[in-house]
Amino acid sequence: MLSVHQLSRPGLEPVSFDLAAAESIALSGPSGAGKTLLLRALADLDPCQGDVSLDGRERRNMPAPDWRQRVGYVPAEPGWWSDRLADHFQDWDSLAPLAESLQLKTAVNDRPVPQLSTGERQRLALLRALERQPKVLLLDEPTGPLDEDATAAVEALLKEKQNHGLALLWVTHDRRQAERIASRQFWIDRGRLREALQEDAQ
Amino acid sequence: MNDYIRLEYLDLGLSALLLLAVAGLSLLLQLRIERSLAIAGLRCVLQLFLVGLVLTKLFALASPWWTGLAALAMILFAGREIMARQERGFQRLWAYGIGTSAMLMAATLVTLFALTTQVQPDPWYDPRYALPLLGMILGNTMTGIALGLQRLTEGARQQRAGIEAQLCLGATRRAAMLPVTRQALTTALMPIINSLAATGLVSLPGMMTGQILAGVEPMEAVKYQLMIMFLIAGGTTLGAVTAVFVGVYRLTDSRDRLRLDRLAAE
Repeated sequence: MLSVHQLSRPGLEPVSFDLAAAESIALSGPSGAGKTLLLRALADLDPCQGDVSLDGRERRNMPAPDWRQRVGYVPAEPGWWSDRLADHFQDWDSLAPLAESLQLKTAVNDRPVPQLSTGERQRLALLRALERQPKVLLLDEPTGPLDEDATAAVEALLKEKQNHGLALLWVTHDRRQAERIASRQFWIDRGRLREALQEDAQ
Repeated sequence: MNDYIRLEYLDLGLSALLLLAVAGLSLLLQLRIERSLAIAGLRCVLQLFLVGLVLTKLFALASPWWTGLAALAMILFAGREIMARQERGFQRLWAYGIGTSAMLMAATLVTLFALTTQVQPDPWYDPRYALPLLGMILGNTMTGIALGLQRLTEGARQQRAGIEAQLCLGATRRAAMLPVTRQALTTALMPIINSLAATGLVSLPGMMTGQILAGVEPMEAVKYQLMIMFLIAGGTTLGAVTAVFVGVYRLTDSRDRLRLDRLAAE
């Protein structure tokens, strides 16, 4: 589905891989190795070279906003452009069941965004991205600030979406999580990406 | 204009005594402002006499070409001023280019509008009317553009995460930059809105005061002042909106990315 061919940018050596529908890839590597650079390049947030396509459609032939609705990106520190939470969603009320499944209280909407906890904001950013019904989701440590229960809830929700065809590229530092959520493991170091063999990942 | 009181050079000297007295006070109290005061005072005298000479010459020539050249020089100087007022904003040449072209467009349009439909001197380009009008419009438009561009670039840096969050959800660059665009325009227009609201209460506008001193009836001076204020408001808005929108386009690219790399380094 998502096909990446020789994608490169300063700080990232040419990268090629395919990500199939309903597939999940875990991406890890030391800090500053280029994980975020890769995700940003895939979301077309920075100038980059190479070919990227989705379901056979070249990215460069698609307006960038259309691309980003299909290939969603949730950064490690998501941004907010308004103090009112509901401003960030197309229809907050219809998301209530989903929010509950992520262990978010519906009262979360009554507080201004800066007063929410890091963990709450992280899950809300994930919801916000899911609301656009992307085909691919690029996640930068989506459970970084979460406790065990919330992490399990996020993993369960994403697993369900994955079963419905969502493809995931998931940055995580937790090896056990990587094994839980992904069928393939990528390793990136100093801007160089390689697919880890099963024994390397152990 | 028959009750106009001419100033002699002796009168000027008398008022300059005040500056000398202040300099003396500074020496006495060791405030160390006498040097910068002396330099600023001298610059003021030289620059104003020079402007006086140039204006006298231009008025005598009454040529459309020389008047146009003077107007262009004023606009280019104002563009330099916009560039100098940017802190960590657009790269210098871009700040100059955006500021100057927005000003050229706005100030020229508004001045021509005033000259051809309201003031209507004969000939329409009479430098005696064209240059002071342009000067007043230019000064305010320059401030508005400088403030707007500065707020725009500052806002884009500070609110980068929010802007990119919108882009990530499929917003176009215009939509994602809208909050920052609004802030930039509010900042750009704040001085002129404030001066529209406060004028006459806090201070008498300089031009109106000048006309009254020159013997014009207060109500006539008020009419002139009102027209100028409206022209200034129009020029500032037109210039600031143009500069900020060009700025938004420069800060983003055709793939709807935020391009902070196009700003000057720290």
